[in-house]
Amino acid sequence: MTTQKTERRLVVPGETIVSDDDKLPGDFTIKQGKDIIANRYGLVDDSARIIKIIPISGVFEPRRGNTVIGRVKDINFSGWNIEIGGPYGAFLPLSECPRFINRNDIAEFANIGDVMNAKIWGIKKGGIDLTLKSRGLGKLEGGRIIKINPHKVPRVIGKEGSMINLIKNSTNTEITVGQNGYIWIKGSEEGEKKAEQAIKLVVEEAISSGLTEKIEKFLGGKK
Amino acid sequence: MKIPNINIKKIENLLKEDKRLDGRKPFDYRDIIIESGISNNAEGSSRVRIGKTEVIVGVKMAIQEPYPDHEDEGTMMVGMEFNPICDERYEAGPPKINAIEVARVVDRGIRESKVIDFKKLCIKEGEKVWCVMIDIYCINDDGNVFDASALGAITALRVAKMPVYDEKTEKVKFGEFTKNPLPLTENITFSMTFYKIKDKFIIDPNRDEEDTSEARITIAISCPKKDKIINAMQKGGITPILTDDLNKIVLESEKVYEAVYPNLNKKIEGLK
Repeated sequence: MTTQKTERRLVVPGETIVSDDDKLPGDFTIKQGKDIIANRYGLVDDSARIIKIIPISGVFEPRRGNTVIGRVKDINFSGWNIEIGGPYGAFLPLSECPRFINRNDIAEFANIGDVMNAKIWGIKKGGIDLTLKSRGLGKLEGGRIIKINPHKVPRVIGKEGSMINLIKNSTNTEITVGQNGYIWIKGSEEGEKKAEQAIKLVVEEAISSGLTEKIEKFLGGKK
Repeated sequence: MKIPNINIKKIENLLKEDKRLDGRKPFDYRDIIIESGISNNAEGSSRVRIGKTEVIVGVKMAIQEPYPDHEDEGTMMVGMEFNPICDERYEAGPPKINAIEVARVVDRGIRESKVIDFKKLCIKEGEKVWCVMIDIYCINDDGNVFDASALGAITALRVAKMPVYDEKTEKVKFGEFTKNPLPLTENITFSMTFYKIKDKFIIDPNRDEEDTSEARITIAISCPKKDKIINAMQKGGITPILTDDLNKIVLESEKVYEAVYPNLNKKIEGLK
């Protein structure tokens, strides 16, 4: 997405994207007569017959398989209630934790206020189910959490993780990006600050072209 | 999402060495931007941005009967609202306790400093006086709404123009303004809020630092002539503030006032 040379059009809700009978409406668009109209604020993807919008603002929409960073909100007998910063609450059952946990002392593993890196394995009517049974998941210790807009996450990660690896390598930090817009940074104090600034810069300049060069310049310039 | 424990730990540990997450010193403000003339219908209006925190303040004037114990004095009201737009923690509806608290702290600072000359706001003793209504709306809450609101309120008061009062019909002609400013005295206040995190104090916290802190104290200072006067002090939060700390804060507030206020004063003078 980042390396594509063609400039993408920015549309606002209600704007007619294209007036063509051959085109079909895709994500976040509707068809009225001949016109395809935008439903969200975002960039248009009209490379195929189906026209869709990549939204650049709005709340987190959970999907199955997303890796998210959440904060433990409450503990009950069978697991943890976790806030993931969306319209729905999430639940992490004890059985989805890979380690043995004493049923009488669940708080020993994660107490209220702790943050976890978890994966969404199911979305039901009542809420979201999380799991820790995968590589790289678990409780996060040390470092700090920052928040960005969830729709800017693909930009922060970059194509096949190019952007995030660039930031990681030049600031010597560990970074985990949750699909819900929460980012965990751990490293030296200076590195953390630098990485945070770089991520904020990516978010601000998300729709401008030549983003990677700008970030490279930012990270190299102030080293 | 509420503040995670690791962020609290980080802020507390850094503050032990007098450092902060964004690289500021404990008593540094973020960039302050002041604008005026936001609303065409209000007598005076302002927008204040401290970092990402943003508030809009409007001053409206109306005719009112005076209170029976102050028959020759005008009145003042301060209203504050947190809109759901400013942070995910606020819901729509009538102002809740935190909004009322901000309004009262701002009100106290302005009222006790006697910056408005209420005697001059009297039209007819015992019957008609001007009522100054200050309305504060938070557009974005990234911490330190207290100082932004107080600064916005005082800016709006200073740029406000009196509306036209028709003596024949005894009504206000809204939408028409005279060239007279509001009757203000020299006691122009500036509020600063100190937040307590563990044993340390900071000024102008961002969202995370404000959530970490357990107590705060707002000090309103004015400097009419040479000496600075403390007009009002209000404490909030759950943990106590010790006497020694309070003495330190008062001394520190004088320094902060000298460092921040002269520039802001020039800016506000330029807006008139």
